[in-house]
Amino acid sequence: MTKLLEINNLHAAIDGKEIIRELNLSVNKGEVHVIMGPNGAGKSTLANVIMGYPHYTVTKGNIIFEEDDITEDRTDERAKKGIFLSFQNSEEVEGITVENFLRAAKGAITGQNISFVSFRKELMSVMSEIDFDSEYAHRYLNVGFSGGEKKKNEIVQMLVLNPKLAILDETDSGLDVDAVRAVSEGINRFRSKNNAIIIITHNTRLLSSVEPDYVHILADGRIMRTGDKSLAHEINEHGFTSLPLL
Amino acid sequence: MDRNKTQIEDINRSIYDIHDKEAAAHQVERGLSKEIVTEISRYKDEPSWMLEARLASLETYHRLGLPKWGPSLHELNMEDIITYVKPNTDMKTSWEDIPEFIKNTFDRLGIPEAEKKALSGVGAQYDSEVVYHSIKEELLRQGVIYTDMGTALIEYEDIIKEHFMKLIPPSDHKFVALHGAVWSGGSFVYVPPNTEVRLPLQSYFRVNAPGAGQFEHTLIIVDKGSKVHFIEGCSAPKYNVLNLHAGCVELYVKEGASLRYSTIENWSRNMLNLNTKRAIVDKNGSIEWVSGTFGSRITMLYPMSILKGEGARSEYVGISFASEGQTLDTGTKVVHLAPNTYSTVNSRSISKKGGKATYRSSIVVTPEARDSKSSVICESLMLDSSCRSDTIPVMDIRNDAVDIGHEAKIGRISEEAIYYIMSRGISEAEARAMIVRGFAEPIAKELPLEYAVEMNRLIDIELEGSIG
Repeated sequence: MTKLLEINNLHAAIDGKEIIRELNLSVNKGEVHVIMGPNGAGKSTLANVIMGYPHYTVTKGNIIFEEDDITEDRTDERAKKGIFLSFQNSEEVEGITVENFLRAAKGAITGQNISFVSFRKELMSVMSEIDFDSEYAHRYLNVGFSGGEKKKNEIVQMLVLNPKLAILDETDSGLDVDAVRAVSEGINRFRSKNNAIIIITHNTRLLSSVEPDYVHILADGRIMRTGDKSLAHEINEHGFTSLPLL
Repeated sequence: MDRNKTQIEDINRSIYDIHDKEAAAHQVERGLSKEIVTEISRYKDEPSWMLEARLASLETYHRLGLPKWGPSLHELNMEDIITYVKPNTDMKTSWEDIPEFIKNTFDRLGIPEAEKKALSGVGAQYDSEVVYHSIKEELLRQGVIYTDMGTALIEYEDIIKEHFMKLIPPSDHKFVALHGAVWSGGSFVYVPPNTEVRLPLQSYFRVNAPGAGQFEHTLIIVDKGSKVHFIEGCSAPKYNVLNLHAGCVELYVKEGASLRYSTIENWSRNMLNLNTKRAIVDKNGSIEWVSGTFGSRITMLYPMSILKGEGARSEYVGISFASEGQTLDTGTKVVHLAPNTYSTVNSRSISKKGGKATYRSSIVVTPEARDSKSSVICESLMLDSSCRSDTIPVMDIRNDAVDIGHEAKIGRISEEAIYYIMSRGISEAEARAMIVRGFAEPIAKELPLEYAVEMNRLIDIELEGSIG
């Protein structure tokens, strides 16, 4: 087992308000972790703190990625090291197509010049695998995309950039049944012994097709409980409030 | 650095700020007087009606005051401006014949390469006179005329007399009157009926002498059912005295004809750019303005379309980038005079480091222009909190059967968007540049590819050093 991510006694705040406190998490290569929790528990904050969103301040603790302390790293440096975040609300960027954006991103991450022809081929094949109309490659980044289209576009980016750690923030919300299936197929295709996935969700829809190794319950900025898949089902049936320790 | 070498920009001072020291063949005294105006006309051996028109314009100039709106022009002192500087050469039709010092300037700007690759004809003006003009054989056979205004005044005197400053009379405003008095150089284009000019024609205007004014006159007539694309590019090296550009562009678009007029302007930051452009469009004709304003200290530029014939169309896309010490006051004016006329305006401005960008427009729809349609979109992007952006749209609608839309947006670069792009491994500087280029994209895509590339480079160069 190779350790990929280690979060030690993490405290993070925004505008002086502490959102994450005393959080510890350890993720190995090959694992899928699910983080569940009620609204306002700090799930998205955790995702953005790992990605390095500058509005959050880490007040205590550290984040280690592949034995490297990344707590002070810029967002783009973290991305280059192999961390990816599938956003809950993807930004719309006018004037740059999905294809051109992603080719630039791949170039930045790999440090190589990406050939136009082979990249287009790769992108088209990835898009067709998750049932995403290739027409969207030529549209401006997320501009006018529906919620489901934005989520598919995030998964396309994950598959093309092939990170070591993918954090999926509410990737299943707002999707219809077909889109959930397409997205989970994408996730299963990505999953390998060489990478890890953290799925952040407040329901269990995605978990019927993506098998997790660990399920964590996040509440009040801490991980309150950790279990296996059965913990997710317990929550699905009884809700968060029924859990002991909460 | 190769990436800074461009055809149409002069920001990289190492390439563009080389001051050619070659003496002019002839130049008038500084300032403006009846004697100077007469001297210009005599020197150019013009017909007497032109001298009379010049002197009448001069009187109009003295009668009119400075505009009471827009940026302050108090820095301009006509006593300091040299209105006519003839370079040390006559006009040539072969690139090889141009004196080395002028050729080098245009070589550095990439004009001859552009001519070979993508143009039907090229004109190059150096200070007050056109030094080079060429046109492809094929166009000559089609009967297309593309020459400098000085030659046109001799060879096509009747046409010039009929059209010259008829669309933009000297009484319009003070700087048009000034233009009428001291104009020199510029291009004349005539496209005969039912002729399509496939590749664009381009005129390049270069001001070289410090304290010089450039007053070129462009006159284009596109006859019935014809089509042409005209591009003008402008640049000047930086001096610490003010230069003045008061050109005049008159476009006649006949029935069913279409004209696209593109400008990439990149004057140095000591230029007052007070240019006047106007098109009159007959039945089912179409004018398209594509305008990129990057340089100058002050620009006041509002290309105007007069939609005279039923079904006439005007489309305007413009972008301006105002940085430190610049006031770019740009926009457009459209007058709908006939039924079923159509106009669109898509204007974008970017400002940073104290730069001022103003969008100013006027849409007039007369009672006769029933069933007309106009849509105006103007957007501004401010890159920091020290700059200023204003939007001043005016609409004067005189009938009910019209469809008018207006949309204005002023914004900043979203920090969330920067974060999103950076989360894909792209640096903050490049993320910002991507957003700015994306903002300019609707204009860039209207330009021929090589100019779009140039425009993006201009934006990149403008952004260098502004990130952090």
